[in-house]
Amino acid sequence: MPNNMESDLSRFRKIVRGKIKQELRRFIANGELIGRQGKKSVSIPLPRIDLPRFQFGSGEGSGVGQGKGDVGDDVGQGQPQPGKGEAGEGEGQHSLEVDVSLEELASLLSEELELPNIENKGKKSIESSQNKYTGIVNQGPEALRHFKRTYREALKRTIAIGGYDPENPLIIPIKEDKRYRSFKVTEKPIANAVIIYMMDVSGSMGDEQKEIVRLTSFWLDTWLQSQYEGMERRYIIHDATAREVDQNTFYRTRESGGTLISSAYRLALKIIEDSYPLEEWNIYLFHFSDGDNWSGNDTNDCMKMLESQIMTRANLFCYGQVESRYGSGQFLKDLEKHFGSDHDKLTLAQIKDRDSIMDALKTFLGKGK
Amino acid sequence: MYIKTALPPDLREVVDKLEAAARKAGLDFFPTIFELIDYNQLAEVASYGGFPTRYPHWKFGMEYDKIAKSYEYGLSIIYEMVINNNPCYAYLLRANSMVYQKTVIAHVLGHCDFFKNNYYFSHTNRKMLDQMANHASFVRRAINEIGQDTVETFLDVVLSIENLIDIASPYRAPVTKTDRDGLGHDATVHVPKIETKAYLDSYINPKTFIAEQKDRLEKEQKKAKNFPETPQRDVLKFLIDHAPLAAWQTKIIEIIRDESYYFAPQGQTKILNEGWATYWHSMMMEELCPLHESEIVDYCEHYSKVVATAPGGFNPYKIGVELLRHVERRWDRGQFGLEYLKCDDYKKRAEWDTKAGLGRKKLFEVRSVHNDITFIDEYLDEDFCHEHKMFIYDYDKKTGKQVISSRDFKSIKHQLLQQLTNFGQPIIAVVDGNYKNRGELLLSHEHNGVDLKQDFTMETLKNIYAIWGRPVYLETVIEEVKRIVSFDGRNHDVQKS
Repeated sequence: MPNNMESDLSRFRKIVRGKIKQELRRFIANGELIGRQGKKSVSIPLPRIDLPRFQFGSGEGSGVGQGKGDVGDDVGQGQPQPGKGEAGEGEGQHSLEVDVSLEELASLLSEELELPNIENKGKKSIESSQNKYTGIVNQGPEALRHFKRTYREALKRTIAIGGYDPENPLIIPIKEDKRYRSFKVTEKPIANAVIIYMMDVSGSMGDEQKEIVRLTSFWLDTWLQSQYEGMERRYIIHDATAREVDQNTFYRTRESGGTLISSAYRLALKIIEDSYPLEEWNIYLFHFSDGDNWSGNDTNDCMKMLESQIMTRANLFCYGQVESRYGSGQFLKDLEKHFGSDHDKLTLAQIKDRDSIMDALKTFLGKGK
Repeated sequence: MYIKTALPPDLREVVDKLEAAARKAGLDFFPTIFELIDYNQLAEVASYGGFPTRYPHWKFGMEYDKIAKSYEYGLSIIYEMVINNNPCYAYLLRANSMVYQKTVIAHVLGHCDFFKNNYYFSHTNRKMLDQMANHASFVRRAINEIGQDTVETFLDVVLSIENLIDIASPYRAPVTKTDRDGLGHDATVHVPKIETKAYLDSYINPKTFIAEQKDRLEKEQKKAKNFPETPQRDVLKFLIDHAPLAAWQTKIIEIIRDESYYFAPQGQTKILNEGWATYWHSMMMEELCPLHESEIVDYCEHYSKVVATAPGGFNPYKIGVELLRHVERRWDRGQFGLEYLKCDDYKKRAEWDTKAGLGRKKLFEVRSVHNDITFIDEYLDEDFCHEHKMFIYDYDKKTGKQVISSRDFKSIKHQLLQQLTNFGQPIIAVVDGNYKNRGELLLSHEHNGVDLKQDFTMETLKNIYAIWGRPVYLETVIEEVKRIVSFDGRNHDVQKS
């Protein structure tokens, strides 16, 4: 029986992985992957990977069939028969669905964006060691003896020396036959992370803007999830007042009216103080807005809050400004003026359109915080 | 690890019984070795085209992924796999119920008989299992010595033109080369004249005639200078002979070409081969070696799955077996010969019965001498077409759907034959290996109404360039205009020809 399938298969998987990487920018921009994620993996539709050859085009989809019906009747998408390549294979169909774990996807993302791994906050309590049984060795304590492997070794040896009798299949393992499980101690950060998403839902934020926020958040989630064992997400929407909502509402709500950004920051601060003590949590704040704030006074409030309370607690505060027809984009400039452009804990990004999501991700996550 | 694949005694008994019944009915097959394997293994073997020992390549991994997934999702299942070899090897799925095993064994024996006796298989290598293993070990050695990536890239390139062979060539007598003048002094053409007196010359050797002769001779001479002399459809062979390749590369093309020729007859006889096997498995299960009554329902279910045709679909099993039965019925009732063919009274034809009883004999003849094209061409008649409600469908631009476009017998047959021509592959030949007198390569596509898939064509040209090393051109027709598509190492180009 063939035993080279494994290598052919892994070779194929490598090619698939390369393809995904190639297409990653497109996936990020068009949001095709969202809604396709299960608990641990995403199923990715890829164009068929195939060796090119001279072959007939779809031939306008003509062919020979069998069955009832008059001339002009719809034949009803018959199953193309195997081996008969002629019948309707639509162009550009996704014929390959690959399941990729979120972890794998994050690592592809990080390769493509050259993201650094996140440095932990460096507290003693956040590391824990864990034993993982990963291999087989020849020596070890009896308690860890791997019965099946040991038996197999003994059986092999018995057959090899010609001592195997099918009538009386007696196998006696000797010391050399014994196999033991071996374990590796892995250091696992038990640190938890919380992401607080804040979004401006005032009248000027349209559907396209929200879609961009949604796409950006999906990839942020994917990346941060790969970095932290337990991760929580909280969502805040605001116009002139802020409130906490669930994920679904976060993306769907559209309100109208003015904008007081400080209301959102105040609520975020309250959430942090109530449920996420600094010593145990890595805190990320992402704020998306079109950059319009109601008044200069409120902006001043925001700056103060950020400087004295939020920045001191958070790993990272990211502000993403989505371009909209009505927004002035002032807030980004204010932030830049106040904190300077290379502040340690602040990242600013302008997301013009879907294509620049990728760059925004790189700016947000490139600091390795 | 060793997995027992030998048949258990109860299955062994079934095989012996069925083999005896088959031989008694006149089937004649190589010794057949049945192996019992589980689905994973069957999926692996199937991915390798039936040969457990193929060269390593990712496309087999892709195939496996596809087969394993469609099994997992319950979309399709492979019941058996049989390979043309002496002895024949057949793989049975361990999980099959006994009824299925019986049916499958009978079906396999039909294939084995076909492999052995059909003319189109007569040139195939009957020790292909060993040959494939040799191929595999060469490729492995090349990988070890030259490097995985280099060899794999070259395999990708060659596999992309593996269909460019001349399927008729194994059945042609080898062309003996006419003596060629090695020096090639071809500067002027000398037209032989009839010697005569000067004043008669213009009458005996009229000027127009001499000019015509000169023209003809010049053309002939030019033809002799053509390289290749006549268009060569075995593009792989041409590349082996003339492309600037390293020894290992030549060997790899030879390997791929060898395997292409081995598999080609299976592509040429899909309908007839499956029809023949289905004919015999139903014959054996129902008459020669009848099933127990408790097994009938399961058998019927299986049989109906085999010959099921999706609405608008085309099932080679179904058409094959029905057409064979049609032939059997006709020859049993003497519905052949001039008298019958001339008769155009529908009723009389339908009731025609001379009690000739030649059906079975005729079938054995059909399985020996025909391939799909000649089989359809010879026996698919108007009666059959009506009886089986055949039609052609076409893509309707208005509705974006495929609709039935005709039930006309002639058009149906024409379409079917065209689909089967060159086992469904476009006909491509090397026309000029010294195109533009610059060592460039000109290929020509014999267009028969269907355009080539464009993106693939471009990529394939790129691959041929990788082998030939000089610009490559392809004459074809795109949207009813003659074009030359080319790749010069950097850019693709499409020009009017």
